[in-house]
Amino acid sequence: MSQTAIPNEPFLEEVEVHGHIIDSLILPKILDCIMAGGGTFRIKEIHIGQARTNPSRALIEVRAETAERLEHILGQIADHGATPAAVVDCCLVAADIAGAFPETFYSTTNQRTEIRMAGRWLPVADQEMDCGIVFDPTTNAARCVPMNEIQPGQLVVTGHAGVRVFPEERSREPQTFEFMGSAVSTEKPKELAIRRIARELAETRRAGNKTLVVAGPAVVHTGSGECLQEMIRTGYVDVLFAGNALATHDIEQALFGTSLGVYLDQGHPAEAGHAHHLRAINRIRRAGSIRKAVEQGILASGIMYECVRRGTDFVLAGSIRDDGPLPDVITDVLEAQKKMREKLQGVAFCLMIATTLHSIAVGNLLPSHVKVVCVDINPSTAIKLTDRGSFQTVGLVTDVAPFLRVLVEELTLLKTP
Amino acid sequence: MTTTPCILMCPPDFYGIEYEINPWMDRRRQADHALAVEQWQRLRQTLESLGVKLSYLKPVAGQPDLVFTANAGLVYRNLVVPSRFRHPQRQREEAAVQEWFAAQGFEVRSLQSDAYFEGAGDALFCGDTLFAGYRIRSDVRGHQELGDILGCQVLPLELVDTRYYHLDTCFCPLAPGVAIYYPPAFDDYAQQVLCASVPELIPVSDAESAHFACNAVVVGRTVVTNTGCPDLHRQLRDRGYEPVACPLGEFVKAGGSAKCLTLRLDGEEASGWRSG
Repeated sequence: MSQTAIPNEPFLEEVEVHGHIIDSLILPKILDCIMAGGGTFRIKEIHIGQARTNPSRALIEVRAETAERLEHILGQIADHGATPAAVVDCCLVAADIAGAFPETFYSTTNQRTEIRMAGRWLPVADQEMDCGIVFDPTTNAARCVPMNEIQPGQLVVTGHAGVRVFPEERSREPQTFEFMGSAVSTEKPKELAIRRIARELAETRRAGNKTLVVAGPAVVHTGSGECLQEMIRTGYVDVLFAGNALATHDIEQALFGTSLGVYLDQGHPAEAGHAHHLRAINRIRRAGSIRKAVEQGILASGIMYECVRRGTDFVLAGSIRDDGPLPDVITDVLEAQKKMREKLQGVAFCLMIATTLHSIAVGNLLPSHVKVVCVDINPSTAIKLTDRGSFQTVGLVTDVAPFLRVLVEELTLLKTP
Repeated sequence: MTTTPCILMCPPDFYGIEYEINPWMDRRRQADHALAVEQWQRLRQTLESLGVKLSYLKPVAGQPDLVFTANAGLVYRNLVVPSRFRHPQRQREEAAVQEWFAAQGFEVRSLQSDAYFEGAGDALFCGDTLFAGYRIRSDVRGHQELGDILGCQVLPLELVDTRYYHLDTCFCPLAPGVAIYYPPAFDDYAQQVLCASVPELIPVSDAESAHFACNAVVVGRTVVTNTGCPDLHRQLRDRGYEPVACPLGEFVKAGGSAKCLTLRLDGEEASGWRSG
């Protein structure tokens, strides 16, 4: 997974110091040493001896920007008695069959994780919840692997020893995600929230990171397709995840001016409009793909058209109730998950608009450092996301149309190219 | 009623500058052996004249620094924590020393950790607190363990001048709350700790420190130092102590003086636990 949102000092070690560390100024000296060496610290535990003869003990987390700097600091403070807290290497068991972990596999969270190998902490790549961790001895690297992709012989981490997880620290970015204290907000002023989301989009782009939009067909039904198109045109969307429905209704509108047979500009049904979406799918299937339809001039407007024109990545995942589906829709769910994982590389911000199941599916794939805003008229969508472990989700309960309209206005006001 | 002070010494039969493990040692500037013997004898006589009961380690050929008995270990009542020397040249001394202590009925308890620890050279009681020098010879981890073994407060002090590589070359407790010290030998934190923990600190000058003014043997109110420390002697007299100068220049060539040549077995005068 991307290295985009890793904290400033990703290298850390826990050290322990004991003795008469207060009166001897050994503890302040160690802390000063850490700071002077360009690191930071957090005292995780401290026990102060009550009587003068009682020793004290402190457990200190030392962080630094680079492994070398951390090593240097640890060397310095070791001379003052700070020694690495007792830790063990993680336990590895070779997978015995394909598509399943060994029984006692370590089940991952979506939070940044490291495993200890040969006395050193290794970062786990492709962080994702509900996976296992596979260690590759040839590259000395570890990554999250979903159950169905396990191959026999792969070394899988088992148990909890030698595994450490880093809870996301929001306090480093006070200007961004603290605007809504509660995860789901129905009562808070929407415009302020939307303005901050606009800033977040701009900041993500400025930092060279990617924004993912997960959108449901309501974006088209409500007539907000143009707003999303504008966001794609102005470069605020790097990846789009959707299902057959969003793409179908978008293309239906582009070809027939209707969404599910209803004229969006007039609000009344078209004659024989109920077949429009099938005709739209059929036309794209005849062309071979959405891209080919654009190239052949069949599709000349809409969300999917803008994606093709601008080169915005999109993944359309199928479901059991799909009509058609469009030729671009991946109907094998495992294949779709795989494609989505691939396209999540470099994503730092995710906007989920008016889709419940797709939002939850994407939430499951996202590492916790990716910020998520879930916009839905139904508060339960954001609640479900959070309940399933996507704790980084901020929910905004509102109709999609006014949300996207105000968001595009705010983005325009930011005047960023 | 006071008990008889007991001190361990080692005759300088095999003393000489055979290697260089501190900035004072230079094999080209060899000690005058006859003069060294004479100086050692004079120190011995001085101590005897003060009523000290002396014991002797048997000198061993090839162990020139065995003469510096202060580095044999740390004595606490009937317990001895023997030294574990940093330099291989001195590690050879460890066996003979431990054997001697065991034969005298001391409980010999080595540090469990692999930390270096150089005995009373780096660990001195002042009152109930053990002040412990680290970084150049002893490891701070060893001192932390000492605190656990002895059940007393141990305040590690970082030494920063390689000329004053042991605590006893720059710090000498005279009585609980009173000590001689050479401030630049310590880092800022250690200087703060000393100022906060020892109410009466007597600083020595650069010049007198270089004559090992701090490396003094204290017996009662008598303070025995090398020659060349007139300022310190004046300060000591002003405080009611009786300074005595013994020429020990041949031992300074190896980085030692009066204190290094002795190990108090019944507790230093300044220690809070000494049964007086």
